[in-house]
Amino acid sequence: MTGQTLIHLQDVSKRFVKGRDTITIFDHLGLTIPAGDFVAVMGPSGSGKTTLLNLLGGIDQPTGGSITFDGGRVDTLTEGQLARWRAHNVGFIFQFYNLMPTLTAARNVELPLLLTSFGRAERKRRVEAALSLVGLAERANHYPREMSGGQQQRVAIARALISDPKLLLCDEPTGDLDRTTADEILSMLRLLNQEMGKTIVMVTHDPEAAKYARRTLHLDKGRFTERELVA
Amino acid sequence: MRVFNEIAVVTTICIKSIPQRFWASLSTVVAVGLVVTVLLAFLAMAAGFQQTLRGTGTKDMAILMRAGSQAELNSGVTRDQARLIEEAPGVMKDADGKPLVSPELYVIVDGVKKTAVPADGNLKKAPRSNLTLRGLGPVGIAVRPGLKIVEGRAFNPGTNELMVGRALQKDFAGLNVGDTVKLGNSDWLVVGAFELGGSVFESELWADTPEVQDLFHRQNVFQSIRARLTGPDALKALSDYATNDPQLKLDVTTEAEYYAQQASRTSDLIQKLGWPLAIAMAFGALAGALNTMYSSVAARAQEIATLRCIGFSGTSSFIGTLLESLVLALVGGIVGTLITWVAVDGLTGSTLAGSTFSQVVFTFHLTPAVALQGIIMALIVGLVGGVFPAWRAARVPIAEAYGSP
Ligand SMILES: Nc1ncnc2c1ncn2[C@@H]1O[C@H](COP(=O)(O)OP(=O)(O)OP(=O)(O)O)[C@@H](O)[C@H]1O
Ligand SMILES: [Mg+2]
Repeated sequence: MTGQTLIHLQDVSKRFVKGRDTITIFDHLGLTIPAGDFVAVMGPSGSGKTTLLNLLGGIDQPTGGSITFDGGRVDTLTEGQLARWRAHNVGFIFQFYNLMPTLTAARNVELPLLLTSFGRAERKRRVEAALSLVGLAERANHYPREMSGGQQQRVAIARALISDPKLLLCDEPTGDLDRTTADEILSMLRLLNQEMGKTIVMVTHDPEAAKYARRTLHLDKGRFTERELVA
Repeated sequence: MRVFNEIAVVTTICIKSIPQRFWASLSTVVAVGLVVTVLLAFLAMAAGFQQTLRGTGTKDMAILMRAGSQAELNSGVTRDQARLIEEAPGVMKDADGKPLVSPELYVIVDGVKKTAVPADGNLKKAPRSNLTLRGLGPVGIAVRPGLKIVEGRAFNPGTNELMVGRALQKDFAGLNVGDTVKLGNSDWLVVGAFELGGSVFESELWADTPEVQDLFHRQNVFQSIRARLTGPDALKALSDYATNDPQLKLDVTTEAEYYAQQASRTSDLIQKLGWPLAIAMAFGALAGALNTMYSSVAARAQEIATLRCIGFSGTSSFIGTLLESLVLALVGGIVGTLITWVAVDGLTGSTLAGSTFSQVVFTFHLTPAVALQGIIMALIVGLVGGVFPAWRAARVPIAEAYGSP
């Protein structure tokens, strides 16, 4: 199912300067993710999993090396260019859903579309389709506080999908959910990967969650140790 | 259009989140409201005062005073000078060919404000305020065609009778028709009340010239001369005449001009008191606004970061936060304006008028121009109180999107 290279990291280094100290997270890191892949990233706390997602999602820039996405360099873009690039290419799913509490589910899902040139009617149509896809069509006018954690995460997935990005980045998407709900969400992610061809990178601490991915990368001390998933 | 959508939704998120910081937001609204109320009370006072004095003068009435005297109280003119003015060019004559020239006395007496009357009603013990007593003759009434006697009658020449301005009568004690007023050593009878277009004259006592001259031992001396003008060019003719005659060392101006000057002096003073006080208070309100808005940004940091992740610009966070602050300030401004409107608009006050030091009764007037100044003041507080927090909002690190809410 996986095809051409979607993401390529070459010799990527990332350092944080904190006062007099420089913390090196990555040094000459390489990574290739083909389009259509579903990668779980595991590793101890502080190993740089979130930092990696930030680099992949254009939230943070590497200190050195290059990052290409779909053949184009990302690490050379300016802040404004990155924002536009994110809007088109990346959907984010967070551990704590990060919905706007003052907006309804539909308005939350609509947010990324406000950055496109779609008119109101087209936006409404797409929001309805996305909410149906995650099984929450009848919850369109509910506020986040009126929904369970699993439902909120499904709204967040609809929001991540709405502008049809190639890449979904998930940081502990089931970290705050019980087993059953977590399985629902993970099944949904697997479906998005298999049926819609979304490339997914998911950070998780949960080996059960990692089983939904095509492969798992273990991150430790700034290095990957890849293990193919045994079915 | 996209930018507009972006800003609109961020602003909606900001404003909808105000109830989550209800008390902080309310205190900002109240603080701004107070600033605006204080400012507008002063400005409404200045506006009302100015309106009263501006309404006093007409363009077709000349006022002549001793050169350099600035105000009627400081001036002195003689009967001979008044006679010369009767023959001057540009002066209107009545049907019988008598020139409409009125030499007038202007002296200070005292009275008791109704609010200052002691509980036992004994006026002798009450604190007294300066009042203007104007001495004029029948021609003084003839030169003022707008005069309306609303109660009683005009004073009879040669008697100790007084006419009272309507505004003064409402604000001061013991000036009803039939009341006796002690001025100096003699008793005066109030025989009538008059209105004169809401002008400053309505804050005066009027009596017959010789009686006032007797009372103050000022035979043959007046303070000013009023002369009705024949037309627009008449002032120039009169003024040339007065400057060319060495006996007439008089300043000539229109009554409109004279009162406008008096008005701007006092209303400047009121504004000079009001603005610094309001500005000092505005700094307090500003501190509150800054505090509220910084806590708003802190509370929304994760939402802002999430929006940034999605691709929203820092600019939209900046503008959304700024607008939230401006909305709070605007609500405060409107509340302050409404309070001022309900509490003081139409309220009567009296104050010392400029260089004459006598009481002028006027009405607080919250004009649209005054209200606008209050709203602008509120918006400035909102703008300054919003811009720094908005800057912080625009700089929220995107990584804030992670972590627990
Ligand atoms: N902005 C930053 N400034 C300084 N140090 C940072 C910054 N962001 C991350 N770090 C450091 O980089 C290291 C890796 O952080 P990261 O958040 O990527 O870890 P993680 O693998 O996601 O951990 P966890 O499982 O706890 O989420 C940590 O030591 C962290 O303190
Ligand atoms: Mg992390």
